[in-house]
Amino acid sequence: MAEVFIYPATSLILSDLVARFGHKPLGTALSIRERVQTAGLDSPPLQMTPDDAKKGLRWAAVEVPSGVRGRMSLFGPLLDRAEAAIIVNNPDFAFGCMGCARTDELVEFLVKQKEIPVLELDYPADEEEGIIFVRKVRDFLKGLAGAA
Amino acid sequence: MTGETVRIAQLSCGPEYSGVQKEIYTAAEAVGAEVFFPDLSLADIRRNFKDFGLDVRSGDLKLAIARAVALVQGVAEADGVFIASCFRCAEAAIVRNELRRYIHEHSRLPVVSYSFTERTTSGTLLTRMEALTTIARRRALLARERQTGLTMGVDSGSSTTKAVIMQDNEIIGTGWRPTTEVLQSADDVIVLALEEAGVKREDLDAIGTTGYGRFLIGEHAKADLIQEELTVNSKGAVFLADCQHGSSTVIDIGGMDNKAISVLDGIPGTFTMGGICAGASGRFLEMTAKRLGVDITELGPLAMKGMGEDVPMNSYCIVFGTQSLVNALAEGHSKEDVAAAACHSVAEQVFEQQLQEIDIKEPVVMVGGTSLIQGLVRAMGNLLQTEIVVPHHSQYIGSVGAALLASGYVEKN
Repeated sequence: MAEVFIYPATSLILSDLVARFGHKPLGTALSIRERVQTAGLDSPPLQMTPDDAKKGLRWAAVEVPSGVRGRMSLFGPLLDRAEAAIIVNNPDFAFGCMGCARTDELVEFLVKQKEIPVLELDYPADEEEGIIFVRKVRDFLKGLAGAA
Repeated sequence: MTGETVRIAQLSCGPEYSGVQKEIYTAAEAVGAEVFFPDLSLADIRRNFKDFGLDVRSGDLKLAIARAVALVQGVAEADGVFIASCFRCAEAAIVRNELRRYIHEHSRLPVVSYSFTERTTSGTLLTRMEALTTIARRRALLARERQTGLTMGVDSGSSTTKAVIMQDNEIIGTGWRPTTEVLQSADDVIVLALEEAGVKREDLDAIGTTGYGRFLIGEHAKADLIQEELTVNSKGAVFLADCQHGSSTVIDIGGMDNKAISVLDGIPGTFTMGGICAGASGRFLEMTAKRLGVDITELGPLAMKGMGEDVPMNSYCIVFGTQSLVNALAEGHSKEDVAAAACHSVAEQVFEQQLQEIDIKEPVVMVGGTSLIQGLVRAMGNLLQTEIVVPHHSQYIGSVGAALLASGYVEKN
């Protein structure tokens, strides 16, 4: 079983796919509701404190906006544990959204720096692309050590 | 507005991850307001974002845009709007600015925008939230154009305390003192103003307080009106400058922070408050006067005789600004040129850091003690390419606004 970092981290579909193939998904696994009443699309825990933005300094310098550093305090520890990663570019809101494009850029860069197996995919535009998308995810996950 | 609770819609990106969402809630609660996030479906988000036309990448900024459109279209209802995003995020700064402008131009909702760091506290946000709720809650009072009865306004600022007595729309007494002990300074200026007006305290029909010490003095003086300085100062400014109808812009460079307010028919629409560093405030000009060995009242005329363009000075930070000042004098520049450069630098900081956040509409009215420094007014006029209006009694603006608004309580009393 491999620990697989998923991005967007809120994607339930990615989380489910990773688990189905016998791996442990590393994500925040928070659902995007059909109606959005919370602060942001990715709805973080509101018990986050200014200290979390300071913890994010391990992954992003002090001149990086506090929202990016706060996000990194959540995703950074997951990245550290990751043995593989799946990144979906330009996903639909309903698929999962991390709220901040600058965080997306940093996370993707740090994933690539780790020299672990990474599957990078564009979000599918139609059903046919969707089938190919799932097939690629399946092949990637099956190829990881300890796949079900 | 539901009962007395003012509903403030929050359009933001990042406060929850910066750990400051709780601070926003606390500031709102302190002024009897409730912060909420306009409820939208994913379909609404997609449509509103596309219709707005600003193609940003960040999801939460897209959501903020969609929520702003819903507010303007009346799909979501609010009494005021608070726009917030991370300090130093260029993408968010563009969105913040465009949303503020969009809401201001297409609705009558008061808007304040703010860029936060993880160090932002509820105290920093309090005056802004208070101003938002005042505009929503006291719109009728803010629409008051004439002072009636015998009223007093007291403005407890960070540098100076001022009092004004007004009767039948005229200023009949004033008092001014540097702020030392807050209550004592207030008592001193009240005595001065009453003496000049030739009236007794018990004759007053109503009292209003504003400024940093407004709550303390308000309680002490049993004030009828205790109100933050953003709405009070803008009211005082348009009253004294005789531009109560139509658009205007009020700039108040204070001792500790600055205010820039876009006003429509005497009621603030958008405003900014603060300053990155004291280098962009009246405090730097006080330091300049001290270093040049002149009284602050002499700095303005001195600067008018100088040519600041030849002296490199950047007061983004008061420490570096002071270094520039010392270097300029050491290089042999004249006092006049250095005074002019200091005025230009402060005006430039306010221009770059704050005036970008509001719509500048003429007439531009400068108020507060610093408006008496002619060199600063000239520098601001040059930057804005306009003739700045400095009304009479401009240093008493907060007190005049408080006395004017307090007269709304005369009949009640």
